[in-house]
Amino acid sequence: MIKTYDIEVDCANCALKVENALKNIENIINVSVNYMTQKMVIESNTEIPKKELLKIARKIEPDFEIN
Amino acid sequence: MTKKQKKNLKRIIIASILFLIIFISDLILEKINGRGLIGITNSKLSFLIPFILYFSIYLYIGNKTILKAFKNIINGEVLDENFLMVLSTIGAFSLGLFTSIKSINDPSIKIEGFDEGCAVLLFYEIGEWFQSYSITKSRKSIKDLLDLSDAKVTVIENNIEIVKDPNEIKVNDIILVKPGERVLLDGIIINGNSTIDTKSLTGESLPKDIKEGDSILSGVINLTESIKIKVLKEYNDSTVKRIMDLIENATNNKTKTENFINKFSRYYTVVVVILALFLAIIPPLLIGIIKGDYSHFLDFIYSSLSFLVVSCPCALVVSVPLTFFLSIGRASKYGILIKGSTYLEMINRLGSAVFDKTGTLTKGNFKVYNVIPEKNRNEILYYASLAEKDSLHPIALAIKNETNISINKDVSIINISGKGVIAKESSNQILVGNDKLMEEYHISFEKVLSDSTVIYCALNSKYLGSIEIRDEIKDDSKEVIDSLNKDNIQTVMLTGDNPLTAVRIKNELNISTYVPSLLPENKATELEKIMNNNKKGSYTLYVGDGINDALVLLKSDIGISMGKLGVDAAIEASDIVFTDDNIKSLITLRTLAKKTMRIVKENIIFILLIKFLILFFAMLVPLIEDLIALNIKIMWISVFGDVGVLILAILNSLRITKIKLDDSKR
Repeated sequence: MIKTYDIEVDCANCALKVENALKNIENIINVSVNYMTQKMVIESNTEIPKKELLKIARKIEPDFEIN
Repeated sequence: MTKKQKKNLKRIIIASILFLIIFISDLILEKINGRGLIGITNSKLSFLIPFILYFSIYLYIGNKTILKAFKNIINGEVLDENFLMVLSTIGAFSLGLFTSIKSINDPSIKIEGFDEGCAVLLFYEIGEWFQSYSITKSRKSIKDLLDLSDAKVTVIENNIEIVKDPNEIKVNDIILVKPGERVLLDGIIINGNSTIDTKSLTGESLPKDIKEGDSILSGVINLTESIKIKVLKEYNDSTVKRIMDLIENATNNKTKTENFINKFSRYYTVVVVILALFLAIIPPLLIGIIKGDYSHFLDFIYSSLSFLVVSCPCALVVSVPLTFFLSIGRASKYGILIKGSTYLEMINRLGSAVFDKTGTLTKGNFKVYNVIPEKNRNEILYYASLAEKDSLHPIALAIKNETNISINKDVSIINISGKGVIAKESSNQILVGNDKLMEEYHISFEKVLSDSTVIYCALNSKYLGSIEIRDEIKDDSKEVIDSLNKDNIQTVMLTGDNPLTAVRIKNELNISTYVPSLLPENKATELEKIMNNNKKGSYTLYVGDGINDALVLLKSDIGISMGKLGVDAAIEASDIVFTDDNIKSLITLRTLAKKTMRIVKENIIFILLIKFLILFFAMLVPLIEDLIALNIKIMWISVFGDVGVLILAILNSLRITKIKLDDSKR
């Protein structure tokens, strides 16, 4: 399943690091964290709860926000 | 500017002013007393004056970054750029304090580090602000293309006008669009005639007239009269929404260059930080062991701080996707919708360009090209149009367009399928059709061997002559093929037409190869053959009308459909959509793609070159006796290696919105 989220991320490198971190979550096939459009696309086998995504993302980037 | 940006800008301005005041007064005081701010009092602790002044500004401007840095260390993120920046600046301050304490006993030691520490973080914040500002602005410029934020629709329910959110509109609702408003839903005009501006959809700047019964696509702006539209698709399926989504999501699938940059930046920071650590410890230790002089640690620590300052690959990570993003936005202004940045990259490495014929290279409307014999031209055309009076066949239309006379006579017409028509007007019997019709009625006629469609005409069993009809080549096709030939890209034409017609068009346009007499389903196989013959690493582009060639569009590396904005299948199957029927868009697209890659490459080379130069120089300074005095000054240069290159690279990327493209549109 593919899901798109509106996000808030402050810098391009942070977006990239969050992307790399999320890619390691089990069941996730592909992640694209787009600083330019402030959108995140997650392709996964099962739905990953928003809370879990946020938890991992905030470890890298405390200001990360999913709307 | 967002609220956050405004707030940060204010902070940056205040901090910059304060910094300059302190920095300049330090310089002036140094001219007067030779010691700068420290010389104000003779106390041993006078070094605290510049320290406190600079450090307060440092805390004021950098508190968020410092906080973030600490949070990230707690989370185990040691290679976070906030942390590295804070580490290098705190390092500079610490060295300042260290030299200060040493200078209490030995006044010849120069105190350095306070202004550097403060300035580096200040510049870092300026860079971050600039990055955020320019991205917000670029994003906005693309959103403005089709401004959909807080869009509202007027619905007519029981003769009452109600304003609703476009998402609430259902199929078959009647909406009212006033002059100056944007049409937000696809539908059919059920009331009113008007003129519409299709610029944001097709890039075409000439307004278009529309009337009752016409279908209308969302995204156009109604110009002159109010119109009522019966909605045919919900908002989420509407053209305007789909285009917006398409552009916004285009940057989600990354180009090879981006993937390279992303991989590179992961290692870059690690390597630079390790090198910094190495530089701070090993060389001074070696010097100590060899020469017995352990006093060089300071010099090398200064250099390693400079390493940390340039350790962020931010400039690369921002500017490369930004360039693609802006380029996609720019293309959409020319009626070119690109579904992924990767296609912009691929277009620069074309091996072959394959074209469908009818409707792509040719206009798809037929025209009388030749009448034989020429002296009977008017007579032949008159009788032919008489016979084709009621027909809507493209060939009949071509004949009627040529004569342009209205016929009020009573004509009885018999259609003979696949051959032509027999028409009777008062006592005259007219035969209009192909050679088979003439043979059937035993007319003695001169068979014309032609590369066009030939129609013969006979009046009362007497042969009158023939009409040659051709599909017109688009005015711009030649220019497009020429531009591809010039770059040694193989051009191929696929067509269902007969070989003679195909050869004529091939020669006229100077196309390298053609494959005639193809059924739609065979086009994909032909395309595969072409793709297999291409060199590895070069791509095949296909341009077609998007109607019966979905498979070809999908199979090709870059599938482009033309002028079929309302057709979902066409948009779905293609990688790039030319929203209008203009083949010249291909030239515009190639120019844009070329310039985009150029800017991307310029940025990558420029950024890496500057960073490596700075790293090299910072490493060299403590090793060379004459340069040691420069040691901390390197920090000033290295902050340019971080913030300066970031800003310059973004400015370079922004050029994509200004570069010259085709002037005939927009």
